[in-house]
Amino acid sequence: MEILMTIVAGTLFTSGVYLILSKTLLRIIMGLSLFTHGVHIMLMSINGLKRGAAPLLEEQAASYTDPVPQALILTSIVISFSLTAFSLVLAYRTYKEHGTDDVERLRGQDHE
Amino acid sequence: MSLLHFAVLLPFLYTIFVPLFFKKLPRIHTGWFVIVIPLLLFVYFLTNFPVQTDSPPIVHSVPWIASAGIHFSLHLDGLALLFALIITGIGTLVVLYSIYYMSMKREALHNFYVYLLLFMGAMLGIVLSDNLMVMYVFWEATSVSSFLLIAYWYQRKKSRYGAQKAMLITVFGGFAMLLGALMIGTAAGTFSIREIIGMRETLADHALFLPAMLLILLGAFTKSAQFPFHIWLPDAMEAPTPISAFLHSATMVKAGVYLVARFTPVFGGDMNWFWIIAIVGTLTLFWGAFMAIRQTDLKALLAYSTISQLGLIMSLLGIGSLALNPDFAAEADWFEAAILAAIFHLFNHSIFKGCLFMVVGILDHETGTRDIRKLGGLMSLMPVSFTLTVIGGLSMAGLPPFSGFLSKEMFFAGVLAANTHTEQWTLWLPIAAWVASIFTFAYCLILVFKTFTGTYHPDRLDKKPHEAPIGMLIPPIVLALIVVSAFFFPNLLSYNLFEPAIHSVLPGLRLPGETFYVKIKAWHGLNTELYMTIGIVVVGTLLYRTYKKWGDVYNLLPHKYTLGSLYDNGLAGAEKLSARITSTYMNGFLHSYLSYIFVFIILLVGGSFVLLDAFGYDLSTNAEIGLYEYILAGAIAVLAGFVISVTSRLTAIIAVGAVGYLVSLLFVIFRAPDLALTQLVVETITTALFLLAFYFLPKLKTEVTRIRVKISNLLISVGIGALFTLIGIAAQGSNQFKPVSEYFQNAYELSGAKNMVNAILVDFRAFDTMLESVVLFTAGIGVYTLIKLRKSRKGGQQ
Repeated sequence: MEILMTIVAGTLFTSGVYLILSKTLLRIIMGLSLFTHGVHIMLMSINGLKRGAAPLLEEQAASYTDPVPQALILTSIVISFSLTAFSLVLAYRTYKEHGTDDVERLRGQDHE
Repeated sequence: MSLLHFAVLLPFLYTIFVPLFFKKLPRIHTGWFVIVIPLLLFVYFLTNFPVQTDSPPIVHSVPWIASAGIHFSLHLDGLALLFALIITGIGTLVVLYSIYYMSMKREALHNFYVYLLLFMGAMLGIVLSDNLMVMYVFWEATSVSSFLLIAYWYQRKKSRYGAQKAMLITVFGGFAMLLGALMIGTAAGTFSIREIIGMRETLADHALFLPAMLLILLGAFTKSAQFPFHIWLPDAMEAPTPISAFLHSATMVKAGVYLVARFTPVFGGDMNWFWIIAIVGTLTLFWGAFMAIRQTDLKALLAYSTISQLGLIMSLLGIGSLALNPDFAAEADWFEAAILAAIFHLFNHSIFKGCLFMVVGILDHETGTRDIRKLGGLMSLMPVSFTLTVIGGLSMAGLPPFSGFLSKEMFFAGVLAANTHTEQWTLWLPIAAWVASIFTFAYCLILVFKTFTGTYHPDRLDKKPHEAPIGMLIPPIVLALIVVSAFFFPNLLSYNLFEPAIHSVLPGLRLPGETFYVKIKAWHGLNTELYMTIGIVVVGTLLYRTYKKWGDVYNLLPHKYTLGSLYDNGLAGAEKLSARITSTYMNGFLHSYLSYIFVFIILLVGGSFVLLDAFGYDLSTNAEIGLYEYILAGAIAVLAGFVISVTSRLTAIIAVGAVGYLVSLLFVIFRAPDLALTQLVVETITTALFLLAFYFLPKLKTEVTRIRVKISNLLISVGIGALFTLIGIAAQGSNQFKPVSEYFQNAYELSGAKNMVNAILVDFRAFDTMLESVVLFTAGIGVYTLIKLRKSRKGGQQ
């Protein structure tokens, strides 16, 4: 299952990167979002899947899933959420100011 | 730390106080506080005088980066002492002179003296360092302080130009020298110059011997303004005259000479060393003298003459290095005399050139110009300056009764000896030396007579000239006195200063107890050297008289091909080229920059992945896959691909949201309830946000992208996806360390929590979580600011 999940993560990376390389701001942000999902799945599957019970002590299980990657991913989910929110607002504001959401047309003019 | 360390560091430490003196005691010229330092150091070095040849030199060492073999070790031998005395002695006189030269009211004296002290400390560091790496640090420090001093009047374009030129050339050379030092250090296994000299016999066969030699010579030649690197020195004359006298004639430009002398024990005896130095030195000698004649600016004339004289010293060091060649063991005495001549002339040149620069500074200061065409007939107005110029100038020309005559004769003896005793084709050496000396003689005449004799043109001068204040005259007078007394009593310093210095350059040539024969005489009888001098006087005077007739010779070479314009065009071309290259890849497109990053990741990570043969997998521990999971995985993959192709905003957003919800389902399967919950919440908010943005952002268009770009995008994204998948698969098989998670199973005992993930977040790694909240908070502020605040039309904030 780990291999399957890694491949799923790989498809998420692929479409994420493809979207990030496109011109539209909204697509770029969606790409980032997909990429993050890929990273999360990857982290989980590197650790090994379905090894023991959920890391809750009430379960009284003989073994538990490793809680460290979960804590890591939990942090990552929140951070990527704030990143997405910020980028969306940034895109919104950029569009308001410049009237375009095409990053190719957002090039600085004063470059040498 | 020893007293010697303290002596090197003292100028650096004292710089802290200089601005204080300048600000707090504005009524007293800051120079009076600064002069204490060189004077103290001069006295300190005099107490080490004379260095005994037989006794081992003073060495002190403080470990610095001991693991890399870099120690702050200093040594004081004959050569170092000679330089240290010149640096501090001329330094004292220059500071005294600058007190009168630099206006207390107009100039930023604190900057001036801080740079000057920096230079002095760095220069002492060069000559006293035993460790090559430490020496390199000081070496570059002199380049930097020289840069700062040339650009002292940074408002002037020429100053900045000259400073940049000097910096580029000397730092280029310094870098070459660093490489050379690293090579010789690798070959010898130590950076200590003393130890490298100690193993010179074994070094000669090392593969790095020749490259190290060439690179070190490059450093020496750039620093000492040898042809073709000499072009920075005339432009360095934009510095205030005391600086020109100190850095650009007496001390800094001799650092290269010092380097050659210091490395003669290592490389000397090698024929390449001899040929390169002799040829470059002689060429510089000739070219500098030849170019000096056409200069109309007195300082430029002196600059070219300095170049020429440095070439003279260099070529003597080259000839003298033959003393270490076993093939010439029988003639070693002759070559040893060349080293003596080099050392003696180095001493003389520092003295008389310092004196001349100071006089030119006086002329500039009192008449407002240094242009030869405007000056003339100042003899009666400035009699003391005239006398000083005569003494300095004729010493440079090599006439008796001045010290320059002695070293010039010794120079001729050296080149003649090289011709007679090497049995190689070296006849050009005495000829070139003689021709160059003719030009030298001619420009000395120009310096003396065009300035002080002839007709006086008060209308061409900005100021009414008069003799300089006594304080300004004292330093050149002291130097002029040394010039004259060195002629009459040349042997005062022979055995206590020059002989130990020769011993440093040619160690082991004499048995212990045996001394070099150092007897400098004015009269050798009617020999070739004397005839050469007489010839120089006759032909030189003739050239001076007929300059108008042959002066057009200088216009033969079109300006385009002069070294100076080659440098300028080269620099401009390099700037243009680099701008063009930069603009091809720094094109302002986000797409390009991201592509670089991704391609780089693929190449670097993928490359090392392949090279290290890191791929491997282990299916045995894999969990089973149920049908439900297959469906989930397939759905995610399909949706992910779907987002790429879709053109409707709404569909795309819903697809992205669906991926997020499916991932949270996966988390449930992965036995991660906290993740699943959080992901659900976050995904809901994110989708809402996307929908909000959807309301404001324009419709997604089918992107018009060239097919080539599309393919490259596809390749990059597939590459990244495949690479990360492979790494992920490979990473599963490798458990290098025991997991730390067992510790967290004690969460209840340690923190009273039954949910391990939560315990990690809020207890074990609570600081991380706090900072995470800070990120959230910052993003929140960012969102708020972006939405709420905007520039009003008037430019203020609403």
